Amino acid sequence: MPPIIKATKLTKSYSKGIFALDNISISVEPGEVLVVMGPSGSGKSTLIRTFNGLETFDSGQLNVLGIPLESQNNEERNIRRIRKRVGMVFQQFNLFPHLSILDNITLAPIKVQKRKKMEAEQNALSLLSQMGIASHAKKYPSQLSGGEQQRVAIARALALKPELLLFDEPTSALDPERVNEVLDAMRRLAEQGMSMVVVTHEINFAKEVGDRILFMDSGKVIETSTPDIFFLNAKHERSRKFLNQIKNK
Amino acid sequence: MKISYNAIAQLLIALLVIFVICILINNLTLNLIKTGLGFSFAWLFRPASFALAEHPLPYSPSDSYAWALFIGWLNSLKVIFYSLLLATLIGTCVGLFRVGKNALLRIVSAGYIAIIRQTPLLLQLMFWYFVAILGIKETITSPIGDLLSISNQGTNFLGIKLSAEFTSLLIGLSVFTSAYIAEVVRGGINSVQKGQWESFRSLGLRESTGLYKIIIPQALPAILPGLTSQYLNLAKNSTLAIAVGYSDIYAINDTIINQTGRPIEGFIILLLSFLFLNLLISNGMELLNSMITKSNNP
Repeated sequence: MPPIIKATKLTKSYSKGIFALDNISISVEPGEVLVVMGPSGSGKSTLIRTFNGLETFDSGQLNVLGIPLESQNNEERNIRRIRKRVGMVFQQFNLFPHLSILDNITLAPIKVQKRKKMEAEQNALSLLSQMGIASHAKKYPSQLSGGEQQRVAIARALALKPELLLFDEPTSALDPERVNEVLDAMRRLAEQGMSMVVVTHEINFAKEVGDRILFMDSGKVIETSTPDIFFLNAKHERSRKFLNQIKNK
Repeated sequence: MKISYNAIAQLLIALLVIFVICILINNLTLNLIKTGLGFSFAWLFRPASFALAEHPLPYSPSDSYAWALFIGWLNSLKVIFYSLLLATLIGTCVGLFRVGKNALLRIVSAGYIAIIRQTPLLLQLMFWYFVAILGIKETITSPIGDLLSISNQGTNFLGIKLSAEFTSLLIGLSVFTSAYIAEVVRGGINSVQKGQWESFRSLGLRESTGLYKIIIPQALPAILPGLTSQYLNLAKNSTLAIAVGYSDIYAINDTIINQTGRPIEGFIILLLSFLFLNLLISNGMELLNSMITKSNNP
């Protein structure tokens, strides 16, 4: 099977000489969980956001699900073709505050996939019970805890039956005791064979769920290793330094 | 007993206010005595004996001053109502262009807002009346049949005839207010978190769907208060009708004051009619606001 994401020599700089992405080449295979780690400002978020066209890049090639993305001025239709098949979960949940939980989830299936309301709602309810929050369907985002909101956001991303899920620091805005309920939901998705790219600082999740760890600093890929190697015997000095810092937190 | 400075200051301010009010009442009474007319509204029911170019209801010079004023009020209401709709329509479009993705539309709308906001309304009204409308040499007709035609006699819109004065006032007020509304709309849209845009985009929704379903509903609570004050401004600015010869309540009241020599009664009527109108607008908007806030935060 061809890779789900194939990036070759991706480069992006916001201001001259400072690179958010510096010559990045990676590929993500179907069913793989790629965990992206690195200090803040290392370009992790920029990288993951180029995968569904939320960010443009300056040069290089990017191919997502067989659809090539140009560096600039992509046709909106072309980007939408990718976004319909790639789900994204944000650090700040970004639920629609004026819509009920159910409407948050059914909006895209109804508007984008032209599914019937009844069918979309049934699917949404089954996703919510999969996430353990079916009883909240009629509530509004502000009535839910952070962990619950993030699980709704995952359900919303799943509603389009995506082939790839992107997670941009999904637990960074959560209270510590709410982190695990979100990580558990993600773990179950990984077990079901979902292809995922996850930007996170959660070491245990990376160790147990990640197939590969991509470590970035200053827009560069420092190393790509399996969790066993990365956490016990990182190849690169910079990786070891980073791991020491987050372990001592 | 301890008297605080605060209490003394408040007392002094209260006395000052009462003093100023007394001066004003005294002034008014003296002037009323001087005119020798007294304070009365009986003249309202005498015939107005002047003609009106525009009257939505039947009117002749033999009708009373009261009826003439009511016709003027209806004329004001008419131009305010349609300008309000048109200004909202243009303003929303320009405001959306201003935050949109299209660079050309962004520049054009920014220029439109800058020019309109930085020239006086009176000048703009004069332009629309004397240059744009009265300056038309031949009738301009819309390409599709009899939908719209404009000449120096006025406008014919779907068979409805609008005078040159009404047309220029309508365009002038709408264009002027639309520039302010555009800025209000832009501010409201910018107040919505960036994550909401990313969120709907990442779900594969179209820009237009996202704008309509996600962004605008959340921008409305921030837009409405600003919109209300623009509507109130529009209502008050409509009194500039007198400059283009449109018979609104202000223009008619002006004529009546000249004929009857009763400025105080005249201005009281004018004051109350605008107070009523603007309370109507602001309370209506307040109602809309509370409805939207309620549906946003259930």
